[in-house]
Amino acid sequence: MVDGKQKWVGQEVPRFEDPALLTGNARFIDDLSPVPGIRHVSFLRSPYSHANIKSISVEGAIALPGVYNVVTGAEIAAITDPLVSAIRAPIKYYPIAVDRVRYVGEPVALVVAQDRYVAEDAAELIEVEYEPLQAVVDPVKALEEEAPILHREVESNLIHQRQFHYGQPDIAFADAAHIVKLDWRYPKQLATPMETFGAVAYFERHPDRYTVWSNFQGPYILQPIMARALRTPGNLLRLVSAPFSGGSFGVKQAIFPYMVLLAAASRIVQCPLKWTEDRLEHLMASSSSADRADSIEASFDEDGVLTGLRYNNCVNVGAYVRAPEPASVYRMHAASNGCYSVRNISVENKLVTTNKVPIGLNRGYGGPQFYFGLERVMEIAARRLGVDPAEMRRRNFIPAGSFPYKAPAGAIYDSGNYGEALDLLLRLSGYKNLKLRREDLRKKGRLYGIGLGVGVEPSGSNMAYVTLAQTPNERKRAGGRSGGTAVSNVVIDPTGTVTVNLDSTPAGQGHNTVAAQVVADILGLEPTEIRVNSGLDTELGNWSLASGNYSNRFASIVVSSITCSAERIADKLRKLAANMLEVAVEDIELDGGMARVVGIPDTGVPIGRVAATAHWDPASLPDDLEPGLNDIAYISPDVLGTPDSLDRVASAVTFGYLFDLAAIEIDPETGRIQVDCYASVHDVGRVLNPTIVEGQIRGGFAHGFGAAMFEELSYDSEGNFLSGTFADYLCPTAVDLPSIKFEHFRTDTPKNTLGSKGMGDGSSMLTPVVMANAVADALGCDDIELPLTMEKVWRLVNEGDLK
Amino acid sequence: MKPVPFDYYRPDTLEETLPLLAEFGEDALILSGGLSLGAMLNMRVARPQIVIDINRIGGLAGIEREDKWIKIGAMVRQEKLARSVDCWEVVPLLVKGLKNVGHYQTRSRGTVGGSIAHADPSAEMPLCLLTIGGEVELSSVHGVRQVPAKEFFLGALETSCREDEMVTAIYCSLQAVGTGTAFEEICERKGDFAIVSAAAWARREGEKLNIGLGLGGVEDKPVAIEVKNLRSSCEFLPSEIDDFVHSLNPLQDRRASEQYRRQLAIYLSQKVIKSAVGRCHSEAY
Repeated sequence: MVDGKQKWVGQEVPRFEDPALLTGNARFIDDLSPVPGIRHVSFLRSPYSHANIKSISVEGAIALPGVYNVVTGAEIAAITDPLVSAIRAPIKYYPIAVDRVRYVGEPVALVVAQDRYVAEDAAELIEVEYEPLQAVVDPVKALEEEAPILHREVESNLIHQRQFHYGQPDIAFADAAHIVKLDWRYPKQLATPMETFGAVAYFERHPDRYTVWSNFQGPYILQPIMARALRTPGNLLRLVSAPFSGGSFGVKQAIFPYMVLLAAASRIVQCPLKWTEDRLEHLMASSSSADRADSIEASFDEDGVLTGLRYNNCVNVGAYVRAPEPASVYRMHAASNGCYSVRNISVENKLVTTNKVPIGLNRGYGGPQFYFGLERVMEIAARRLGVDPAEMRRRNFIPAGSFPYKAPAGAIYDSGNYGEALDLLLRLSGYKNLKLRREDLRKKGRLYGIGLGVGVEPSGSNMAYVTLAQTPNERKRAGGRSGGTAVSNVVIDPTGTVTVNLDSTPAGQGHNTVAAQVVADILGLEPTEIRVNSGLDTELGNWSLASGNYSNRFASIVVSSITCSAERIADKLRKLAANMLEVAVEDIELDGGMARVVGIPDTGVPIGRVAATAHWDPASLPDDLEPGLNDIAYISPDVLGTPDSLDRVASAVTFGYLFDLAAIEIDPETGRIQVDCYASVHDVGRVLNPTIVEGQIRGGFAHGFGAAMFEELSYDSEGNFLSGTFADYLCPTAVDLPSIKFEHFRTDTPKNTLGSKGMGDGSSMLTPVVMANAVADALGCDDIELPLTMEKVWRLVNEGDLK
Repeated sequence: MKPVPFDYYRPDTLEETLPLLAEFGEDALILSGGLSLGAMLNMRVARPQIVIDINRIGGLAGIEREDKWIKIGAMVRQEKLARSVDCWEVVPLLVKGLKNVGHYQTRSRGTVGGSIAHADPSAEMPLCLLTIGGEVELSSVHGVRQVPAKEFFLGALETSCREDEMVTAIYCSLQAVGTGTAFEEICERKGDFAIVSAAAWARREGEKLNIGLGLGGVEDKPVAIEVKNLRSSCEFLPSEIDDFVHSLNPLQDRRASEQYRRQLAIYLSQKVIKSAVGRCHSEAY
């Protein structure tokens, strides 16, 4: 499709979601009481990072008036199986500690009471005898011989290790004129959605079946994993999403162990259970990105052309491997070359267990960490080789005209023109003037730095990329995996009104609005006439393994299934209208709420009336048309194939890209960083709704800026958790965010029906490294660790003078 | 995040309130703005038997300006104080400090008395009150007493308010003509409790200069010093003040090291003193 033909796609249509949100009419999981007799849950959580549970005494708690029952790990383990992942190490991961706790905050007992207040009172009355064990929180230390082992069955904290080679990296490094190496660390962080986890779980008999209402965001590939853990057939585990979800950023994937836990507990206590996670629980024990201790090496020829990359990734997964991990380290794998045309790459991935909360999806999912290594090393190389950092990138870009571009590790980049997008960024930021300003201020002894970062944004995941964790032979034995199916359903009811059902479980992004824009164009209606339902019910609705709200899936894949379903409904409407008006189908157009004969604007039938015949008068239908107007479109983009025997995989459908630049000044007295300019250029292909896209860009930057400057889930060396409140885990507020300049550079993707690329991660992937690069430039040092707190920066400035 | 069970009282007068304090002592907690107490209750850090909500007590929310004193009631909302013309005229340092307390949304709820009674070592209100030599009014069934700020703040969240007493007001003397003031703080994010905050006033008397400096967040309570009869040009820290800042034992915690706090204390002291001296004759009152 092209611009101009569509009335609504591309317009700043105000979000349909907002009136309900702004007037308090939006219903979230905590507002729901889907069945009568719900009782409330609180958890007793481990105060220890690592300890054996010797005994649990629940009598005191059960004796408290208003308490119905207390459930322990042993009871849960008796009726469930461990939660599995793509990692084959024999880790038994139950959603509650069974005989050992492995991180602070791990659930130890579940209290069921008349309300949350009493449940929390009772939790204090449970007596647990712990035998404390030595803990380890650092992934490098966890690999040392004397380190305490978390899972005896594995006999090591190294639970996964794989090496990959693409091209001839050893030759590239042997022949290199320059080699730049960087060891780097990345902090553990959390995207902190405004609404925390919440679920209602209900076990019913005859047949034995579970229903869980929640704000789970998918991917629904976790539904079979949940069913397996609950030892129930898939069709007897029903998952229903709440009508609204208050932000997720990936994090609400990690509610799934709690869903299993609550479902199993509901079976034990024989009543429906409700749990709403509080903020303390969320910070301590929900999920996070991984802290990493990685190194990267880059080889260059004498002209500064990047000839090889070696990644050595050491990923701290926390206490357990939780599906879809180890996806966080494999998400960027197929795009290990970033924006560059380098063909020789080696990657070694090590996954390590430690006494920290398990990791999971978190905005950018592996991207911020990946780009921190790659874009730091490019910046350092530019300085060492005396090349302007922008020129350094340009020299190594995949050339315009080579798209679709098959990356060495298998990603197929759909479209782009990196050179021109970089030009736009340099213009937008006033790069030349910033450099002059830097020169001028440096003469005055001031600390001014400019940092750049470029990156692709894999969107619309191949469900198979995580199987790179297995060897080609293991994959072969396990059976083929591929694809990333989206399913949409467009219905016209007997009154002629249109409903669209989505499988994208949005958490505030505005999918409903955009879906209505898309369908309005196809059916010739107004967006406001279209009702969009994005709540997902696995029993009543349509869904796939890939369903859910992650990896920028909506604009990259889901739009194709919406288009496909709406087009088929439009076809049928045209056929019905042609039959009614006694003209050829080709002569019918849908426009302005009417089915019209092309070229004769005065003729035509209201679309509602056309639709009604399919319901009210099936006898009048032509022979080839079935009654009703209900279409379900399942689509999986062709590009998402099976990983090949050389470990190459087309990991995502669209690869939008973004280039960011920061210019900063550091106050040497305090270490405060003042942002002078932040500019960002995005290629998201076709912009479906500029207002919504702008919101995503600003939000992605806010997350990236917080990650760069403030945020870290901290533990001491004994595994005590130090970031338990928002006074300790600092997220930026509106007043802490510098203003940004952004512009779009546009090359439409050929990989879906609308030309749009996924774009929700955005600057969350690049701002951390861009800020680090700017600080490194200001101070002329290489060793930069996030977050860039004031004291840390002050120490970097005054390193020589401090004792 | 649910509090332990407690009984909730919402008296309309001080006369009803004080006997409750006498009866329950340390098992009673007073709810004013609730910004700190709410979180402490929900985290079960505070575990009172009773909570006394003083939001409906009429007499506590006034600002009274007298000839030599201004009295600010405990229930005066911080934002009201920040917008009070009287306060801006006669206790400008208090207002300057207040602008750094949280955000206007939290200041609309937070109270003067709550901030003073809570005595966070990094809080702006205690620091400013100490620096200008204000006093705290404490009431109990046994009567009313006024305690100088320097005797009131004893340590982190620790004051000389007895179990049966409550903070009912603060008193500040009106700022003398020709005084300049300044307030600065350093925090990672706007509105946070400061890592270090500094308040200063300076007053010229003929050729001589008197200076007061207070520092918050450095030790476990705000600290202040007053130096008189300095020579009037004051480019760097006067040696008495320099010695004072160096004699402090800065806290060391996750937010900042001892070394960094000392650096900020020196840096901010210089900054606020320089500003205060520069404003000696320019401030309105």
